[in-house]
Amino acid sequence: MKHNLILRVIAKYLFPVIALFAFYVQFHGDYGPGGGFQAGVILSVAFILYTLVFGLETAEQVLPHHVLRILASTGVLIYAGTGVATMLMGGNFLDYGLLALNPVEGQHIGIMLIEIGIGIAVSAVMLMIFFAFAGRER
Amino acid sequence: MVTVLIDTLIDITLLAFLAITAIAIIRIHNLFVIIMLFSIFSLHSAGLFVVMDAADVAFTEAAVGAGISTVLMLGTLALTKNHEEKNPSHRARLPLLVVLITGGALIYGTYDIPSFGDPLSPAQQHVKPRYIERSMEETGVANTVTAVLASYRGYDTLGEVIVIFTAGIGIMLLIGERLMRRKKREDDG
Repeated sequence: MKHNLILRVIAKYLFPVIALFAFYVQFHGDYGPGGGFQAGVILSVAFILYTLVFGLETAEQVLPHHVLRILASTGVLIYAGTGVATMLMGGNFLDYGLLALNPVEGQHIGIMLIEIGIGIAVSAVMLMIFFAFAGRER
Repeated sequence: MVTVLIDTLIDITLLAFLAITAIAIIRIHNLFVIIMLFSIFSLHSAGLFVVMDAADVAFTEAAVGAGISTVLMLGTLALTKNHEEKNPSHRARLPLLVVLITGGALIYGTYDIPSFGDPLSPAQQHVKPRYIERSMEETGVANTVTAVLASYRGYDTLGEVIVIFTAGIGIMLLIGERLMRRKKREDDG
């Protein structure tokens, strides 16, 4: 699809819109439907559209395999790390109440942190899987 | 009264579309068409979830079921050579019997299911009142679903993330690494 001008232009304009929507779903998940899982999938869809239009090689220059692997592990580490941090503070695993002086505020911070972890892990893993499938054809 | 009627109408329409899509999936042998119908099926279920006021579930179904899994299945199809489903060589009498008995048991089981939205059903009685009444003051998060998933049921969600992570690792090991090795050989040679 490298020579299809209309698709390339539309994909260029759609990419930031999809990515912005992913971030909206990520950070608005506390108030409306959505959260890390959905945001991660939507963000990966933006990159999949990019890959379909501009080719796998270009996409792998933007997001190389090793970066994706690091991102996927970082996401899981943020989630589990939040749990370990609360344990080190003297509470139970994933007991967010201790993350701030006020337990409700701590809960809010904890939920925000783990949702970010989920978002990073899900989007990286989805892209890893897609790149693995798309890369087999060559 | 009118809204109830409209709701019922939407329910019947969506369920009819679900049934039509399912029958089409069984009848059609072209795998590409089947994958697209799977995506449509997911989208209809997402619509049903919206009607049931489960916006979070609908969102996930639309994004994962209709979106990303379709892309991944198409990617798998692109790797395989045969795009046509083969006709089975044997008669399907025994499988049909098994399916009929299982289906009958499931339909029999639905008689004991409490009706939709029944406030006295066990699912509404156990921990749900606590979530609905106190999740706002305990977590400060307005969306109860997010509060339950991320805070009250944080362990389960951690498990889910690890499942996805493991799936990614599995696919990297099965087909991703081979690609990288080949690339390395090309770079070296």
